[in-house]
Amino acid sequence: METIKITDMVSVIRSKNSGPYELTFDVIFKSRADYERARRSGALKKERIAELYHLGKDEVLGTVWFAAALAFKATIVRPLISGDPGETDVYGAQQHVPFLSLTIPVADQT
Amino acid sequence: MQARNAIDRSLKVLAKSKELHPMKEMRILSPTAILGYGFPEDSFREGLRRDPHVIAVDAGSTDPGPYYLGAGECFTAGAAVKRDLEILLAAVVERGIPLLIGTAGGSGGRPHVERDLSLIRKIACEKGLHFKMALIQAEVGPEKVINYLRQGRVTPLGPAPALSEEEVGRSARIVGQMGVEPLMKALSAGAQVVLAGRCYDPAVFAAPAIEAGFDPGLALHLGKIMECGAIAAVPGSGSDCLYGRLERDCFEVEPTTPARQCTEASIAAHTLYEKSNPLLLPGPGGMIDLNASSFEQSGGRAVRVAGSRFIPAEKYTVKLEGVKKAGYRTVSIAGCRDPIMIRQIDELIGAVRERVTDNFRNAGLNFFLDFRLYGKDGVMGALEPQAVVPCHELGIVIEAVAGTQEAADAVCSFARSTMLHTSYPGRLATAGNLAFPFSPSDFRGGEVYRFNIYHLVEVNDPLELFSVELIDL
Repeated sequence: METIKITDMVSVIRSKNSGPYELTFDVIFKSRADYERARRSGALKKERIAELYHLGKDEVLGTVWFAAALAFKATIVRPLISGDPGETDVYGAQQHVPFLSLTIPVADQT
Repeated sequence: MQARNAIDRSLKVLAKSKELHPMKEMRILSPTAILGYGFPEDSFREGLRRDPHVIAVDAGSTDPGPYYLGAGECFTAGAAVKRDLEILLAAVVERGIPLLIGTAGGSGGRPHVERDLSLIRKIACEKGLHFKMALIQAEVGPEKVINYLRQGRVTPLGPAPALSEEEVGRSARIVGQMGVEPLMKALSAGAQVVLAGRCYDPAVFAAPAIEAGFDPGLALHLGKIMECGAIAAVPGSGSDCLYGRLERDCFEVEPTTPARQCTEASIAAHTLYEKSNPLLLPGPGGMIDLNASSFEQSGGRAVRVAGSRFIPAEKYTVKLEGVKKAGYRTVSIAGCRDPIMIRQIDELIGAVRERVTDNFRNAGLNFFLDFRLYGKDGVMGALEPQAVVPCHELGIVIEAVAGTQEAADAVCSFARSTMLHTSYPGRLATAGNLAFPFSPSDFRGGEVYRFNIYHLVEVNDPLELFSVELIDL
């Protein structure tokens, strides 16, 4: 199947703490067409996020599509509570990288 | 004479706040994302030209981690906060408008509020400024939390585990995150400058508006955007001003500098920031519902938002944040450039760990030892997706945490010297395994804290955890 790199469709891919116990990812698409294509493709399902971060499905707390911002959001349980022994990223601002490798199928959606 | 002036000014503030009621709009200025992050004076002057009714600023965050709340230290530098406060205090005193500061000192505990209070006192004295001030403390004593716990009023927030009385007892410091109510109480008591401890970020912006009868959903959503200064603008900045104009059925936000603009996308996207669900934003006493919100470009650089609603909760809850002490930290910073060693770094670290454990076996030391490997998985740790990372050099941070600073020093120092001289198969560089950029190679990190309370407590009264004290300066 033909695919398109997610990095060609987005203006923002970022991660950040949502409180000390959660890590949240924002993906903001460049256009409504990109947003709709990604949403309909099913490529950003909970299972896929779990796979990206080697997590159990229940550790992905939620995914949500937000049309007003052309955005997708996923939230996971932090691997460690922020600042606990072994912490590598107190603010959680550099955990987005696995998203960069995602590809979105460009199936004919008519 | 001074007292007379102070009374005059208070009356002016009161008159101003009364005058707000019939007003169609409230104009609010947010100078910067966090007090102490700074702002260009030109931007601020541009903001003042719009004749704001209120200046409000957020001064903290939990992002910098548990240390600051535990140790009572501020993650913002005193000199930088003083610089911001000097400009803000002079402006509000001259104009007779209120200044609200939320989550004082970065974490909003008692020592954090005290730090910012001492800066305000100093400035008032140096500049001859006089005003009525309110201090709102947000620390919650452990015995109080245990009481709530016994009454079944404490529930974990998100993935946090259930709270026990023992765990509360271990806390070094606990703060409650106040909503708008204590701030409104301070304003209605005639305070011109309100310095609040731990505070729901949007509350300092929303409180004067809700006090003046504006819609709480719009006021809080506006506050949610304004608390980050110009971060919601394009290009974004955490050290520039954002101006907000709240009407009865909508609000507008706009950066004060012509170099930035708000766009529909930047403002909508900002509601995602640091939140788990962008459509329902929970806070003290209820949540902001964005399901019906609209974002519309208004003029070149402003965005108009309408439709945001506040849904009051059945039971008023306040978020508690607490930390406990976990020991002391010492770290050593080094690098490695040898490809033969880099290839077997995991085995080498395994051998070092074994030696350290064996060496202190009978010393009765309880310690945590860790090695961050920059160039391999130092940033993502367990989440690193790449199984093998080819690199030509490694940055290594050796970390030891133990019950006393001396014990942490000892473990770190021993791990460092062991790693420096441990042999490995095929070793050619027999003089030493590590390159140290500094002498001394080891650094004391001081006290280590961990978050142990992140819970909601159900209160009967939004004011019951927060004391408001009035001071004349």
